[in-house]
Order: sequence, then C-alpha cells, then structure tokens
Amino acid sequence: MKVGLFIPCYVDAVFPEVGMASYKLLRHLGLDVTYPKGQTCCGQPMANAGFAKDATQLASKYESMFKGFDYIVAPSVSCTAFIRLQYPNILKDANHKCEIASRTMDLVEFLHDVVKIKGPLGRFPHKVSLHNSCHGVRELHLSSPSEMVVPRYNKIKDLLNLMEGIEVVEPEREDECCGFGGMFSVEETAVSKQMGEQKLMRHAATGAEYITGADCSCLMHIAGINAKEMKYPAIKFLHVAEILASGIK
Amino acid sequence: MSTSHSIAAKKFLENQTYATWHDKTFWGVRAKRDKLAFELPEWERLRDKASAIKRHTLTNIDMYLEMFSEAAEKNGVEVHWAKDAQEFNEIVFNILKSHNAKKLVKSKSMLTEECRMNPYLEERGIEVVETDLGERILQLDHQDPSHIVMPATHLSHDDVGEIFERELNTEKGNHDPTYLTYMARLSLRDEFLTADAGMTGANFGIAATGDIVVCTNEGNADMSTSVPKLQIAAIGLEKIIPDYEALSVFVRLLARSATGQPSTVYTSHFRKARPGADKMHIVIVDNGRSQWLGDPQHWESLKCIRCGACMNTCPVYRWSGGYSYSYFIPGPIGINLGMLRNPKEYSGNVSACTLCLSCQCVCPAKVDLGTQIYKWRQALDSYGVANKEKKMMVKGMDMIFDHLSVYNAATACAHFLNGMGPLVNNGLNPWAYAHKMMKFPKKPFHKQFEDMEKNEK
Repeated sequence: MKVGLFIPCYVDAVFPEVGMASYKLLRHLGLDVTYPKGQTCCGQPMANAGFAKDATQLASKYESMFKGFDYIVAPSVSCTAFIRLQYPNILKDANHKCEIASRTMDLVEFLHDVVKIKGPLGRFPHKVSLHNSCHGVRELHLSSPSEMVVPRYNKIKDLLNLMEGIEVVEPEREDECCGFGGMFSVEETAVSKQMGEQKLMRHAATGAEYITGADCSCLMHIAGINAKEMKYPAIKFLHVAEILASGIK
Repeated sequence: MSTSHSIAAKKFLENQTYATWHDKTFWGVRAKRDKLAFELPEWERLRDKASAIKRHTLTNIDMYLEMFSEAAEKNGVEVHWAKDAQEFNEIVFNILKSHNAKKLVKSKSMLTEECRMNPYLEERGIEVVETDLGERILQLDHQDPSHIVMPATHLSHDDVGEIFERELNTEKGNHDPTYLTYMARLSLRDEFLTADAGMTGANFGIAATGDIVVCTNEGNADMSTSVPKLQIAAIGLEKIIPDYEALSVFVRLLARSATGQPSTVYTSHFRKARPGADKMHIVIVDNGRSQWLGDPQHWESLKCIRCGACMNTCPVYRWSGGYSYSYFIPGPIGINLGMLRNPKEYSGNVSACTLCLSCQCVCPAKVDLGTQIYKWRQALDSYGVANKEKKMMVKGMDMIFDHLSVYNAATACAHFLNGMGPLVNNGLNPWAYAHKMMKFPKKPFHKQFEDMEKNEK
C-alpha cells in the first residue's frame, strides 16, 4: 500500500509540526509513506471565495502528483473534503475525469477506517476538549452530526482514546461551527469573531488543558482569538496528529 | 472587504446582551427540534421521503396543478392564476371590490409578504388586519417579520408591552405576557367579528382533493375564515403535494422541525365555502417559481416547506438577526431564494454562510442549502457583483500557489512577519480584527522534511 502525504499550504507554512507528526505517525505504523515534492495548495480558498475555476490548475497538478498512490492522506479535514467533493466537479469542467478524489482521505479517517489502529500509541495523561470541525462532521462523516437521527459515533474520539491516560471531552453544542469558514473570517469579521469567542468559551468551560481537532484552520481561528484576547492563557492547542504521535521518538 | 450583510451584522453585534439573548433563544428552538426529531427513529427516512415527494411533485407540477384546480373547482371554489405579484394583488383586490369588502382579516402568509399585498390593498382603501399574534405585533409597530415562522420573536415582552400601550391602550407598565396576549385576543375578536373577508396562506395544497391545508397554533386562520362571508386562500405553486398520504409525511416533519412540537395545535383543511357563505377563492401564484424550476443548479430550493429550521440552526442567523439580510426571507433559505429572485440585488447575503452545512442536516425536505450557497458564490463574478478586493486576493493566491518558486519564497520569508507586530496587527489586515497574527515558523514543513531526509542519508 503506497501512501502519499499531502501537506496543505497553511499546514506547511504555519503548522509544520503537524506535518511532521503526521509523517512520523504513518511511518511508525509501518506504512510506505512518501511526501512528493512541490506541493502548494488544494485550491479551497479560491473556491470558497467564489472562484472555483481558479483551482483547476492546482487540481490537475494534484492529480498528476498523486496518481501513483493507493491513498493520499492529509492532516486537514476541510482540504480533504474539498478535494473529495469538489475536484470531480472542477476537473469535469476542464474536460477531465478525476479518479483520485475518492482515494484522498483525512488522516483521522485513514487511521480509523483503513489502517484500523487498535494498539496503544503512548501516554497522554491530559484532559482534552475535542473540536469537531464542520467539514469533518458533515462532509467526511468523522462523527455523527448532532442534527441527524443516526447512531452516535466519533472517529476522532475513538483514536484519541487509544492514548493512555487521556480524558476526552466535548464542549456544549459539540459540533456547532467555530466561525472560521475560510473567506468568511475576513469578509464577515464581526460574526466570525463572535462565533469563535463562543466556541472558545465552551471549550474552556470543559476545564480541558488542550483543545484538539483534525483541522488546523479551526484551531488557528480559535487560538488566534485567544492570543489576542488572552482570556484563557493556559489553554493549549494541538492537532490530533500531534497527540497521537506524542509518544513516538 | 464587506457586504450588505456583514455591515448589518456588525451593527447587530454592538448590543452584546441582546445578541446573546437572540442566539440563545433560537438555539433553544433548535434544541427543541432535536428532542422531537430524536423521538422518531424513522426521522431520516421521513426526510428522504419528503424530499422524494417534493422532487416528484415539482418535476410533474403541470399535472398536479391541473389536478388541484380541477378538484377545487369541483368543490365549487373559484381558482385564479397569478403570474406575478402584481397580478396576485390585482386579483385579490378585485375579489374584495366585487364583494364590496372594506376589511380583510388574514392569517400568516409569507406569500403575501413576498407580493407586498398589504400595502397594495391599503392604498386602495382596504383595511388589512394581521391575526397571527406575532404578525399583529409587527403590523402595529410597522415592522417586517424577522423570521418566517416566529416573526416577532426578536422582540421582548417589554417591546411588545410598549407597542400595545401605544396602539391598543393597554395598562402602562403591564408587560405580563398573559395580560398582553389577552389584550391582543380581545382586540382581535373585534376585528374578526367586523371583517368582510378572511384570507389564509397555505402550508400545503392537496392535488387529489383540492384542500388548502393551514397549520397554525393560535386558531386565527380558523377565526379568519369562519366569521366573514368571503374566504380567499393564497398559495405558491410549489406548495402543491399529491395526496393525503404525502401530507402525512409532511405534517410529521413540519411542526417538529419548526418549533419542536409534535404537531401544530390546528391543522385545518379548507375545501369549500361553508353553508351560507360566499364562494371560496383560491389564488395560485407563480411569481418566478416556474422560472426557478428550470434552473438545473437551484430548483431544489423550491422543495422548502417554510419551517424555519435552517434559520434556527444557522449560527450566522442567530448572531446577526433576521433584519441583517436584505431579502424578506432571512437565513440559509432566504439567501438562496433571494439569489433566485434577483442575484444582483440580493448578492450581499451570500457572504452570510460559513459553509458549516448544519442547515442541510436539519432541513426536513433535504434542500442542500449550504451547497447551493457555495454554488451561488461561484456565480457572483458572472453577475458582476464579486467583491473586488476578494477577487484580487484570489488572483494573488493564484500567483503564489500556481508558481512553486513564488510559493517557496513566500513560505521561506513568512517568519519575517513575526517581528512586525504593528505592521500586521492593524486595521488594514482583516484577520487582525479578531486575531493576533499567527507565528510563522522559521522553516515550513517542506524545508524541515528536506532537512530530515538529508540527515537520514
């Protein structure tokens, strides 16, 4: 099984430690993982702003870069969801059939559904509040949406609970949007800020030491608000991959 | 970078006490909806069924409209066809005029809001009285609804008390809800008894029987139609469903989705004029709907049954209020219907969405509201209404992401921004409005990875 690692632009530029943790984790699990050179962005920011056509070149590039892999894994739910759901449309417009979209997986769903890791990964004796990102919940089905009458499950929680000593909690309104929304955060600044503050408050109310999730963009939004307002200086932010890889040397 | 919605939302959020109350109130309705939905294990199948029925009916709407009108005519009802708002208003006015009607009592109808019927009739000497309590409060205060199901929920008891003091001469300072409701009831009784005509909207039109089905909690639709001699019903053509079996699906979904009740207090079927009354009239309104039905991307917005659940769950609606949207229907469904109505005029609402997609998980008819907003965004540039700064930002991203050397240079230099606090944490940077600028690492991931590989060799 050949696994290609996709590290989206903002993870590359802002959160390299999340990329490193993902790579370490996949290698630790004995997987044949490669990080192809020359990666930039999936094109979600353009499409989200209303310019999906501007993502065509990036989609084609992604396709040729990863075509030899069985799975492409990325530590970012919204980028993964964008590739999986929108690339077929974008490349169809460019007279192109996209077969790679369905083989692209978020790190969490890959570990949970394909690798099916069960064993202990190490110790993380802390209380963490889980941030369920919208695109993870409602597009990648990482957990059961709170709106829907379906059996309850949460793949991120399942993975985190593999860590010894961890206590995983969820904030009240467990999958309400944090207000990041890509372009939304710079176009609707007031509502975005308000929603982020609310989310931060509810995470903090759990008494957790860490806020964690499978998407750095939501975490970047909430952490950025916390850094500006300094309401909860003790709270730390970690991507799920960093927790899962914390015991690996 | 701002839109009509973002400007209005910012203003709304200036009063934090009110905004917090507004969020909590509508989240409370969402929570009640959840509780009721989770009591039905077949809930998701009901939604699938509702969507399928709507898709079927809408794609065969010509047939069902004929069935409906034939059934209604057989019941002795006069059926009118209005191609647009103007024609609708004229038809209603002419019916009223021919009966020499001076006062019209009506139950809640978003269709009459859409057609601006009340001002049209009032200009022509007809007194129009809203009888739904929320709508009545707003009418007395000369406001528009801020929500399609709970039109005045944005007002507090004190707001209502003050409006009633002014308009209904209630006791000064007595803002007790029970007292205020009682006073509204007294004044409305008078209106019902002296009205010449009564009007309802329609939640559903049953093609097989010609029934107009109206769901209310206050019984005001029944009062409006059982006292005056003349009855008129207004229905948008998308509200037709095939038969009672189809209705049985929708009545299980509607009130649970809308207000978290198992059913509305009244589910009234109006089929023909009561004995001794004048002929009943039904006005079927198109007003753009048949055009929208032909839009391959957006026709499914017509499946909407106007329950308002998408508004209650929408965090942007809860934190910006109904009046921050420029279309008369707010929230996710309003963004979409506004764009269908006039994309140039109502494009300022398209920003009011984080694409969290909670709306399409609650929608009882499975309208893919958020996905459609995403599609509308893709079309803004073709209507010439894309935000110029945003377009420039996207061109900038193209420049960086499509050219690896530029991207590598940008990510290699990003950490220089770390030391420039005041230069980045200022009003020119919209990210800095809410956030402290992120710290860029000395080396991006792709550099660190390269170094690691070198070390391993």
